[in-house]
Amino acid sequence: MGQLDQSTLWHSNNRRHARIIWGFWFITVLLTVYCWQVMNEETMWVFVYDAPEQGADLLSRMFPPNWLYINQLYEALWDTLNIATLGTLLGVILAFPVAFLAARNTTPSTKFVRPVALFIIAASRSINSLIWALLLVSILGPGILAGIIAIGLRSIGFVAKLLYESIEETNGTSVEAIESTGASRFQVINYAIIPQILPAFLSIAIFRWDINIRESTILGLVGAGGIGLFLSSSLNTLAWPQVTLIILVILATVVVSEYFSAKVRSLLI
Amino acid sequence: MLKLEHLKKRYKTGPWVLKDISFEVPEGEIVGLIGPSGAGKSTLIRCINRLIEPSEGNIYLADACLSKLSTSQMRTQRRKIGMIFQEYALVERLSVMENVLSGRLGYLPFWRSFLRKFPSNDIDNAFEYLDRVGLIDHANKRADELSGGQRQRVGIARALAQDPRLLLVDEPTASLDPKTSRQIMRLIQSICRENGLPAIINIHDVPLAQQFVDRIIGLQGGEVVFDGKPDELTEDVLTRIYGDEDWHPEPQDDADELEQVEVA
Repeated sequence: MGQLDQSTLWHSNNRRHARIIWGFWFITVLLTVYCWQVMNEETMWVFVYDAPEQGADLLSRMFPPNWLYINQLYEALWDTLNIATLGTLLGVILAFPVAFLAARNTTPSTKFVRPVALFIIAASRSINSLIWALLLVSILGPGILAGIIAIGLRSIGFVAKLLYESIEETNGTSVEAIESTGASRFQVINYAIIPQILPAFLSIAIFRWDINIRESTILGLVGAGGIGLFLSSSLNTLAWPQVTLIILVILATVVVSEYFSAKVRSLLI
Repeated sequence: MLKLEHLKKRYKTGPWVLKDISFEVPEGEIVGLIGPSGAGKSTLIRCINRLIEPSEGNIYLADACLSKLSTSQMRTQRRKIGMIFQEYALVERLSVMENVLSGRLGYLPFWRSFLRKFPSNDIDNAFEYLDRVGLIDHANKRADELSGGQRQRVGIARALAQDPRLLLVDEPTASLDPKTSRQIMRLIQSICRENGLPAIINIHDVPLAQQFVDRIIGLQGGEVVFDGKPDELTEDVLTRIYGDEDWHPEPQDDADELEQVEVA
């Protein structure tokens, strides 16, 4: 009798499970059909039918790359690296106090200051650096400065968020010990907290620098300086061999910076 | 020297962790604070230097009423109260010397401590304290290179660097082996004797406490249930503090034990 009960119970569970799976597939199929229909409405299929030809045509115009064009790119590449590096520096400097204001264990007030700091972090993180650059170019005019500040503003949120999490994870008894010597709030931060977060801090900064190299290569598209400026002008003049070379240069820069930052981080940790 | 009057503590609206604690510690007396986990020992010791704010009552150190001071006044009083911790509480990524010198922070303006520009007098003293605890050769090592016993010695040197009038010691031997525990307790005891320092030591190990302290205070459920000499600590008293337990089991063979179990 008991066994029979168990087997029916198991059976009913299994049937419910099967029904959920069936429902899941049913909805997936419905969605696929619906999406296909939406896509069909918006797409002009005449253009898609000859896509292979168009692609082949573009490729044939892109190759071979215009290698000699590299001589005009050195300066722009240097600008791009500077935008990324100075922007990271600016972001890190601004993020440092924000992180201390946002961390539960160091904020002067959880009711007033912490929400403000968290808002700064969220605002900086939710706006893409391209949009920051767009805004700044219209304020400051085109050029490297707008790019640096755009990268800096974008970096604050990322760096501050990771940093305040590592501040909250610091060992509380070391902090208590320094407090118990009669140290002031800033001395406690200097002696008990900063030594504990220093490795995390350096690693976060380098990681962000690595991301910023990638982001700064496209800032020129909106006029914020660097190699992206050449990319957009080459695109506008349909100089495809130049575009190819710029893409290759960006790829090489990103690979080198990634290798470099991985090396430095593995040395630190 | 140190006087507690009707000290009470509760966290927010929770139960009373400390219920009306009053006692005095004269100059040079070493007090062992014993009691089960959760009796309020750590809270009591942290209320004295206000790492935890007491809810009611007064604490006097010499002439100052610690419980009434403003935060900045309290900081100058904290300089006189050395504290030694259970897990050493060193800043592990700083050097041994920096850890010892951090005992001087309360005496220095921020920029000097930031630039590590300690007065030469403080540095000379720090070397002397390191010598006193037997770590003179380790001054430039990073704190996390040391063993547990050595780290606790650095913790003691840091407390000494404050030039304290009172030592608060929270479970100094909880993570040390029995031999190192005795060495550490002996070191604390002899430092207190040399300088006439009073100390309050939270400790779990009752025999260890009896060996090294002058007076024992038993805490149970936030109340003082015993206050006396270490040799007055009888089985009855231990039961009062910790609850029923077989404190000094007589050596007996297995048959006897079995019988007892059956009777019980």
